[in-house]
Amino acid sequence: MRYAETGFNLEIDLSRGNIEKVATDPRDTELYLGGLGTNAKILWDRVPPEVEPFSPENLLIFGAGLLCGTPATGCNRTIVTTISPQTKLMAFSMMGGFWAPELKYAGYDKVILRGKSPDLVYLWIHNDKVEIRDASHLKGKGSIETAEILLKELDEPKAQVAAIGLAGENRVYYASIEQGRSSASRGGIGAVMGDKGVKAIVVRGTKDINIAEPEEYIGLCNDVLKYIKERDGNPIPGVMPILAGLGSPQEMKVHDEKWHTENFMWGNSRTRIKDFWSDEVEKEWTETMENARTRLISCFNCPMKCGATITMPGLPTYMMKCFTKLTYTFGAFSDLDFGLRIAQQATEYGVDGFSAPQVMAFALELLKDGILTDEDFPGMPEDSEGRFYYLLDKIVRREGIGDILADGTHWAAQKIGKGAEAYAHNNIKKIEQLPLKLSMLNPIYFLMYATGEKMNITQIEGQFPQAPFPKREHREKFVEDWIQVPDDKFKQYFLDWEMRGENSNPYYPTVDMTCDIVDWQEMMHYIDDALGQCAGLSSFPLKPPYHIHNYPKFIAAGAGIDMDEEKLTKAAKRYRTLVRAINIRRGMRRIDEAPPEDHWKKRFPELEEQLLDGYYKLKGWNNDGIPTSESLHELGLDYVSEDFIKRGILDK
Amino acid sequence: MKAEKKMKIVKTIKINVDECNGCRACEVICSAVHAAPKYSSNNPARSRIRIIRDPLRDIYVPVLAGEYTVAECAGRDKYTIDGKEYDECSFCRASCPSREEFHEPDSGLPLKCDMCENEENGPLCVQWCLVDALVYEEREVEVDEEETQEELEIGLDALASKFGMQTIMDTVARMSNKER
Repeated sequence: MRYAETGFNLEIDLSRGNIEKVATDPRDTELYLGGLGTNAKILWDRVPPEVEPFSPENLLIFGAGLLCGTPATGCNRTIVTTISPQTKLMAFSMMGGFWAPELKYAGYDKVILRGKSPDLVYLWIHNDKVEIRDASHLKGKGSIETAEILLKELDEPKAQVAAIGLAGENRVYYASIEQGRSSASRGGIGAVMGDKGVKAIVVRGTKDINIAEPEEYIGLCNDVLKYIKERDGNPIPGVMPILAGLGSPQEMKVHDEKWHTENFMWGNSRTRIKDFWSDEVEKEWTETMENARTRLISCFNCPMKCGATITMPGLPTYMMKCFTKLTYTFGAFSDLDFGLRIAQQATEYGVDGFSAPQVMAFALELLKDGILTDEDFPGMPEDSEGRFYYLLDKIVRREGIGDILADGTHWAAQKIGKGAEAYAHNNIKKIEQLPLKLSMLNPIYFLMYATGEKMNITQIEGQFPQAPFPKREHREKFVEDWIQVPDDKFKQYFLDWEMRGENSNPYYPTVDMTCDIVDWQEMMHYIDDALGQCAGLSSFPLKPPYHIHNYPKFIAAGAGIDMDEEKLTKAAKRYRTLVRAINIRRGMRRIDEAPPEDHWKKRFPELEEQLLDGYYKLKGWNNDGIPTSESLHELGLDYVSEDFIKRGILDK
Repeated sequence: MKAEKKMKIVKTIKINVDECNGCRACEVICSAVHAAPKYSSNNPARSRIRIIRDPLRDIYVPVLAGEYTVAECAGRDKYTIDGKEYDECSFCRASCPSREEFHEPDSGLPLKCDMCENEENGPLCVQWCLVDALVYEEREVEVDEEETQEELEIGLDALASKFGMQTIMDTVARMSNKER
């Protein structure tokens, strides 16, 4: 018997209409855990670097994390992996919600899609019954609308639906996969789903998930719940409210947006509006949110209420998560009312809430500066809000200029030319980022931005405070119960970190310290992504309930795998390296590893090189960011090194 | 017949649907604690508490499994509360043929909430509900405690007053000899 996991993947060949239930190798679970780890293994084995994102040979993998569906609080993420149309590299966007546990209860760890369906279809997975069904009646329908129709049509109100909207159908490079209150948005995975001709995957499961050491496991779960309760009652002093508690930033709950609105950039990530947050704005926005928000809601088996049901007057209800609350508002220089209204449309269309508003603001900036002209925008309204609705529509339908903009700022700028490239300025590895522009280089964030292969800062950062605390006594207080650190040296790093003077940014933390900190932060995210644990209870907040000291016990008691901190650290390093190997094989190199050029005003080229050198060394990569044969051997990844040598990526 | 007042403990789970976040932790832990061996598996489909949820209509009703019923109701009504329409079944605790809730998924056998009577700290669904949609309470209520006579006793009483106790006893002795 397999524990925590089901031991089966569902292989679906859309070209031939073939469905197979395939037993997986338990040794892969030991080496790569599950979720992201085993997704990466499959992608490495089966998708060679020549395969284009929109090729039938590309795979689209929906992987439930190893511990999803067990009683571990907050463990509910689906890790969706494919080759991204936007970056041409590996994408592994994730979604919380209810889909992954349902898949496990249906008896599968992953759904692996290959080929292309000639007609639009949806998949209906109901325990052992799996069908490819006609979806022609769903063509052009919104993602929420689609889910509603399918639940009714199948008469299965308890089923979970992951669906694309019009953007996915039309292969918009930043199309999302929407699932109730969650979505897998980054990297254009919705476009790959659309390219495969799959409108939705509906899952319903009523089988058991087994636990290897029941008493031990439930004890661990109870400890986590107890810790959440205590931590909830004791927010961390001295940091801003959204960083003081657990969960992903409580954007639906918090009304005070002074920090975001005054420190983040508006428009095409250019304009900072100091003193934006007036009493009047606060009153208006609070009213908007309170009227719109019906209920604060959660994902499967999690007490954190990070999302909300939103009903704007005159519009259908949708569910909102986190920061999309503000991205359209920022992009269009508008207000919260507009932001929540257009997000309803955007959710139905299924687009990424970071990229979409940025692309639209980019287009309007090109128009303002004469690189695009009025002729490119026939019939466009005059007001900013109207323009955003206009552009959103053009993009998801790929009409006119929308067809170019649908490829994202990077590719659109290439096509437009005439200096448009300089306007696609807020990307890492071709993906639009949060609209943040800062002054002094932060070495920790530099490394995360440069080397993170999730290409999304909020999915890399966490654990270590974002900034030093002004007073030493506060720092001493903070480290007192900092049990999450893998090693006590991290406490010292933090204790000695000052706001000003010798021990401050950018030269402190030192290169070695910075590398250690980033490595720890990244490792925790990668472990979460294999187990299916939401970062909001683990790698993202300060002092989370899950950490490197209790995770091995969860894996051992849950999945029955012999595990300790050393083995887990090595496993995480193994599949993290494999993710890198997939991208290296697709051409990614050191030159691609850079933050947006204007992210910080004060840059330190020499220090930045040292940081990259140091980090690569710590990771076992050579100076070009390629994993070395020695480090690959140590991780049991000789097959990667053989492939690299064959391709001339590494010397023999 | 004598009747006297007596105090009785009624175990109660107070359900606050306004606080429910729809996470279904209650379903997870209920099915886990009732697994054999305890906690060895979980499966919300086996849970004795289910959340009737329809997020887009803001419907979240945790319901605990009650009695088994062989037949579904003749008619099923709809309730509108605060502008939201609820199916009558949304509040019904029955393990009933009309729906899949509260039936073992494999055998179809009915499930019933036992208030986790063997658990030291009361129902697990309540302990795992950190948002306080479920709150456990033990209420003391006064009930009429009646010493009811058994049916046989009532019958014998009547016979004894008609034929006399000795006759009854002789008859019973003779009948039991015959049976041997």
